[in-house]
Amino acid sequence: MSTIVTDTHSAHDAHDHHDHHPKGIKRWLFTTNHKDIGTMYLWFSLIMFFVGGSMALMIRAELFQPGMQIVDPHFFNQMTTMHGVIMVFGAVMPAFVGLANWMIPMMIGAPDMALPRMNNWSFWILPFAFLIMLSSFFMPGGAPAFGWTFYAPLSTTYSTDSTALFVFSMHIMGMSSIMGAINVIVTIMNMRAPGMSYMKMPLFVWTWFITAFLLIAVMPVLAGVVTMVLTDKYFGTAFFDAAGGGDPVLFQHLFWFFGHPEVYIMILPSFGIVSAIIPAFARKPLFGYASMVYATAAIAGLSFLVWAHHMFTTGMPTFASLFFMYMTMLIAVPTGVKVFNWVSTMWRGAMTFETPMLFSLAFVVLFTIGGFSGIMLAITPVDYQYHDTYFVVAHFHYVLVSGAVFSIMAAAYYWLPKWSGVMYDTFLSKLHFWCSLISVNILFFPMHFVGLAGMPRRIPDYALQFADINAIVSVGGFLFGFSQLIFLAVCIKCALKKGEPAPAKPWEGAEGLEWTVPSPAPYHTFDVPPVIK
Amino acid sequence: MNVRLTRLLLALSALSVSATASAEQSLQLNLTRGVTNISNKVYDLHMLVFYICLAIGVIVFGAMFWSILRHRKSRGVKPATFHDNVKVEIAWTIIPFLILFAMAVPATITLIKMDDTSDSDISVLVTGSQWRWHYSYLEYDVEYQSIMATPREQIYGRLPQTENYLLEVDRPLVIPTGKKVRFLITSDDVIHSWWVPEFAVKKDANPGYINEAWTRVDEPGIYRGQCAELCGRDHAFMPVVVIAKEPADFEAWIRGEEERLRTAREEEQRLLSMQMSMDELMELGQQTYMAQCAACHQPNGQGIPGVFPGLAGVGVSVGDQQAHIDVVVNGARGTAMQAYRNTLSMRELAAVITYERNAWGNNTGDMVQAADIHHFIQGNQ
Repeated sequence: MSTIVTDTHSAHDAHDHHDHHPKGIKRWLFTTNHKDIGTMYLWFSLIMFFVGGSMALMIRAELFQPGMQIVDPHFFNQMTTMHGVIMVFGAVMPAFVGLANWMIPMMIGAPDMALPRMNNWSFWILPFAFLIMLSSFFMPGGAPAFGWTFYAPLSTTYSTDSTALFVFSMHIMGMSSIMGAINVIVTIMNMRAPGMSYMKMPLFVWTWFITAFLLIAVMPVLAGVVTMVLTDKYFGTAFFDAAGGGDPVLFQHLFWFFGHPEVYIMILPSFGIVSAIIPAFARKPLFGYASMVYATAAIAGLSFLVWAHHMFTTGMPTFASLFFMYMTMLIAVPTGVKVFNWVSTMWRGAMTFETPMLFSLAFVVLFTIGGFSGIMLAITPVDYQYHDTYFVVAHFHYVLVSGAVFSIMAAAYYWLPKWSGVMYDTFLSKLHFWCSLISVNILFFPMHFVGLAGMPRRIPDYALQFADINAIVSVGGFLFGFSQLIFLAVCIKCALKKGEPAPAKPWEGAEGLEWTVPSPAPYHTFDVPPVIK
Repeated sequence: MNVRLTRLLLALSALSVSATASAEQSLQLNLTRGVTNISNKVYDLHMLVFYICLAIGVIVFGAMFWSILRHRKSRGVKPATFHDNVKVEIAWTIIPFLILFAMAVPATITLIKMDDTSDSDISVLVTGSQWRWHYSYLEYDVEYQSIMATPREQIYGRLPQTENYLLEVDRPLVIPTGKKVRFLITSDDVIHSWWVPEFAVKKDANPGYINEAWTRVDEPGIYRGQCAELCGRDHAFMPVVVIAKEPADFEAWIRGEEERLRTAREEEQRLLSMQMSMDELMELGQQTYMAQCAACHQPNGQGIPGVFPGLAGVGVSVGDQQAHIDVVVNGARGTAMQAYRNTLSMRELAAVITYERNAWGNNTGDMVQAADIHHFIQGNQ
């Protein structure tokens, strides 16, 4: 990574001459272009972010005061379920796939993704998956109300018929993810520019490469477990029913065998993004590139050995509890290495604080706080107290919102000039950052307290001693939610090309092949591969 | 609203000076120490890990903010070019490992103690079902169910909320102090989780399987908790209340309970031959319906479309009486409708079925007597 020297003037000549594509809706329906598909993924994820976010606001509105004021408890459960499903599968994952589509070919000097038609399909089945999922709101009994973790038998015997739609749309999302992952792996293995060895790849490419293997490994497990839910509910099987020789805890083992790698699927690409941005604005090479790669691989490997830490209260043998506790604690080591590396990259650099850097710095601090509560949750005896309380809600929102989502924002602000060709509104972007930073902490930090004090998660109403903190959290929720409209405004302005034209390389310290092509990036880049020495 | 606003401001100031403020108002911001040896150990472990994390946070964030303040381009610094240091990297791999080891040792010791349910003095079978707990003392002839006592009027804002809002039950679990009490935890329907923070006991209730947990409470008192695992619509309304009494008081209480249950059973047998009037049936029926059935079928008998069937003007309540008795007594397999044979007395069963057949304009005029239920159950066997 340290010696990317490019020879791209011949590639530049080739640009702009092949910009033939259908106009209007056909361009987007039939496109096989990685940039178009990346753009669609990113817009789709932004829309889903607002859909899932409005559900979160509904949850926070009901929880502003004790007592039931706005929604029925059953509808509340639909909100928590769909908020989780949409944010995980509709917002965060598609955003990362969108970034992968846009950036991986440009970062490795490839003209496109390796399997462009499959790329088109893997995007276009997604909106239908979510239409099916959201249409369940209009069924009798409403949408799924069993939590995004859909524990059996609440999701089988005791669920409404929306389960069938839930299962079907999960299958489609899974197919989309698997295809996306195959595409990333094939692209990276086969289409790197001459001279770009594995250990010269940017870390975003590396982290996505590892993420893609995780996806291929665990998405079939998810497909299996949703199918078992379907057959338990409709076809008389008893995988999760003790009366037929099954076990409801088996569901949790299968789900979390998918679910734990899944949470790393949602954070490893963030590590790659932040590892690109911090060196750029510290004007200093990334500290410990090789150890970053090994740490990512170690985290991915360990992610298969920790799933039952979500299940300490299900009644495991002591030996199993101990094994999963030790394995979980071990994850702190490679994750710590990453944080130390980022701080060392800043150390004795010459930092400036443009918006992508601000989001990345916030990421490092807030993700680390989420990591600390993660270590606390790993300690089995104490987890008995934390489990299924707001402490857990605080923990995973710190790593997923101020972690994954902040890194996606950082990525958008870093690469928007390259995507759109215009410089976004700096004032608005900084306003967005400060509003988000302050409100995200008002929203999620007090959740730690209310969780420690004993408030369970997924409840629409709570005891009086939790009232004050819930009111604060709700205020934070609305502030954070509305702050995101600033981001929408920034994106729309860029899409409408309102702003100063961006140079090929708008950031002084940025490195990588994507900055060697003009802004906006031409429809086709690197038809002639660059040579990396 | 003004009161709320002041409380909100108070809470905000409490957050900013956290520990000191929490002592003044009863705003709890930290884990409870609890009232058992184990819960104290758990609390200490929690604080140990918290302080370790705090120390690491101060060092890491300190270095980061130092960099942000000093190593900024606007101060005219020239960036260094180093990008590797094997010694440092080995050090910050090994040191965290050692810190984790230091946490793992006390955690392991505590966990092994928590999981050791042997040599218990008494055992209670705890059974969760939507949305109540059922307690059965294995050494005594005592069992009963425990339902949230907070009235719906408080939940829906028609009455002011009282101190133990959502954390009060009609019949708490009673245990003796100073004795090792073993809980056998299971469920009749979905997964629930039985949690009392002050005991540091949280264990899932899995249908078809039995989990074990234990506690030894030293101080008499009332301890409150909740169901911790999402178990459907009224998951929030499934509190756990445990009263710990001195062993002598406990003994007196449980003997009294045994006596009470015995006379109640004898009374029931005696009453089998007695006919209740429509008014009596409807009154007891409404009481029973509101406590047992209204959570799903709703107080107005409308149910929730697509989730819980309505009873007003449709279904078994206006159809065949024997089928109606069957579904209430035996439940409906494969649905959320549970069997009430063991949770309700025959009088209550008779009354609630009569109520359902005559309330909300159903007006079938049918009366079901305890004897009918008795015959039905006899005929079933």
